Amino acid sequence: METKPVQFKNLSREESYGFDRKTLDYIRNAAAHGLYEIRGMGAKRKLPNFDDLVFLGASMSRYPLEGYREKCLTKTVLGTRFAKKPIELDIPITIAGMSFGALSANVKEALGLAATEMGTSTTTGDGGMTQEERRSSKTLIYQCLPSRYGFNPDDLRKADAIEVVIGQGAKPGGGGMLLGQKVNPRVAKMRTLPEGVDQRSACRHPDWTGPDDLAIKIQELREITDWEKPIYVKVGATRTFNDVKLAVHSGADVVVVDGMQGGTAATQTCFIEHVGIPTLAAVRQAVNALEDLDMKGKVQLIVSGGIRTGADVAKALAMGADAVAIGQGVLVALGCNGETYFQNGAHHDAIADYNALGTTPGFCHHCHTGKCPVGITTQDAMLEQRLSPAMGAKHLKNYLKTLNMELTTIARACGKQNVHHLEPEDLVALTIEAAAMAGVPLAGTNWIPGRGF
Amino acid sequence: MERLTFDLAAQPLRELNTFLHTGAKEGKVGHVTVLNPDGAHNIAVGLDCPIEVEVVGHAGYYAGGMNKAATVTITGSAGTGVAENMMSGKVHVKGFASNGAGASAHGGLLVIEGDAGLRCGISLKGGNIVVGGSVGSFSAFMAQAGRMVICGDAGDALGDSLYEAVLYVKGEVKSLGADAQYEEMSAEDIAAVASLLDQAGLDHDPKAFKRIASKRSLYHWNADANQEY
Repeated sequence: METKPVQFKNLSREESYGFDRKTLDYIRNAAAHGLYEIRGMGAKRKLPNFDDLVFLGASMSRYPLEGYREKCLTKTVLGTRFAKKPIELDIPITIAGMSFGALSANVKEALGLAATEMGTSTTTGDGGMTQEERRSSKTLIYQCLPSRYGFNPDDLRKADAIEVVIGQGAKPGGGGMLLGQKVNPRVAKMRTLPEGVDQRSACRHPDWTGPDDLAIKIQELREITDWEKPIYVKVGATRTFNDVKLAVHSGADVVVVDGMQGGTAATQTCFIEHVGIPTLAAVRQAVNALEDLDMKGKVQLIVSGGIRTGADVAKALAMGADAVAIGQGVLVALGCNGETYFQNGAHHDAIADYNALGTTPGFCHHCHTGKCPVGITTQDAMLEQRLSPAMGAKHLKNYLKTLNMELTTIARACGKQNVHHLEPEDLVALTIEAAAMAGVPLAGTNWIPGRGF
Repeated sequence: MERLTFDLAAQPLRELNTFLHTGAKEGKVGHVTVLNPDGAHNIAVGLDCPIEVEVVGHAGYYAGGMNKAATVTITGSAGTGVAENMMSGKVHVKGFASNGAGASAHGGLLVIEGDAGLRCGISLKGGNIVVGGSVGSFSAFMAQAGRMVICGDAGDALGDSLYEAVLYVKGEVKSLGADAQYEEMSAEDIAAVASLLDQAGLDHDPKAFKRIASKRSLYHWNADANQEY
């Protein structure tokens, strides 16, 4: 009897879980180059996030507000603790710090224009303040970073608030990077660097080392600006409970907590994916720290790191944040990872330019190369023209408006006349992980893992 | 020009700094004496006009911080971060200075007659620093532009990750940091050192200094640099 050779296709081509195709590529890349991979954007791996929470809308036990008729306030005040001139915003959604250098001057201007129209704030970044963003932003937060690139007292006095950056969610414990392609003459001059160097920012501030020193540093910033401007302290989410307490101890008016989904323009992939904790876990720890110190409502909390939707904003606020900051979502609104860019009144196909980077729309994280196909994360004179300030501002304004409408829709459904009245009791979790991290019950139970039954 | 005295034993620091930011700009007062500083932090920070301030005694952290145009003299010693991020003008410490002296200074001249602690001139961005004594370890770390003249010795890792700043040392250097190297003193270097010593009022032979600058081997990512980053 003749027998055919039997082939078990799925067995003979079984992919290894540990050594999957991605890991094989990683090892081959390491072997070829002897250097870690550097990329932009935030953590790509699956993490517990705000999608794992849902709201308990009003029903018999709570009374909802009429969705389109009844008032739901979104006004947000930040920096009430010590500053003579706190920041007043129309919406609790702010633009996160992103540098001129990482982003083009056009983009910085677009952020300012949209934020101003929506009554919210923009933030400078590691590289100083550009005239474009100061001019276009009604409310501009000026970052004081370890590198102090372009940092100067004139811009400090021009700012509406000051953000002392200790760390960033994408890389808590690390400094920034700007690869040579993006260090063009203007960027180099602002940062006092030779043109074209692969810039590595310091990870520690040059003139203070711990929270007791920071208290004096913050006092210096207040003295220089005559106690007018709120001082924010931004930390990457790690030991958030203790870090927030120390930020409050140091005299912060506002604490910004950036979770590991937060983006970056260029950082080692191992850093982005393996250092820091998810935003969801960080919010709970930050709020607990403020409550522990009886500082809730006195020191405001801004949460960032992977906030995308109005529902994300609502959930962050319900957990106890006073506002959120958005970076990557903002860039996507401007056209990041889109198939086309809009120039001279028409859409143009950008796919060939993505392909040249070895990627395709939807997967691009090549901010570090400076060759952004849609003209956002670039310093190239031709590429940056692919994003005009006016068009960028229009799209960003629409995005922020949408988020705010979604936020108030949810708040009204929960019976709140003010989005800041959303509370943890309005939330339940869909997974045990999210329930434990967010400190809200698993849906349908009153079980919060870690707090008994 | 009028002279004014603030006694920090009797007046709050806020009053002094407010005057220096507002009243001083009217230009009537040319000189301010600060008595009893007693190590207070943030004395004469954020000045923005060509006034002279003399601090009689010891100052705490960040004295003369972010100075523009003014001349601040401290007759005693200064704490951490003296003249940090200075833009222009002069800060002169007659005694010793603690860590991070002149950190990230973009311009101006910082003179320390005595020794300076760790990380003197860290992230220097164009300012000039003259130290009459010695400096601690990691001085001029990541210094980007400007010059440092060190009349005494330097600790470990001097000039680590230097960019375009140039260092001149008369005494012993315990060790150089990554990417820093000794270079020949040119006639311009000798003239620059002589000029800075003159501005600082210190008497040393400019020819006795060694020049240290960047090898520029870490300016670009390079796998063969073996973790020097």
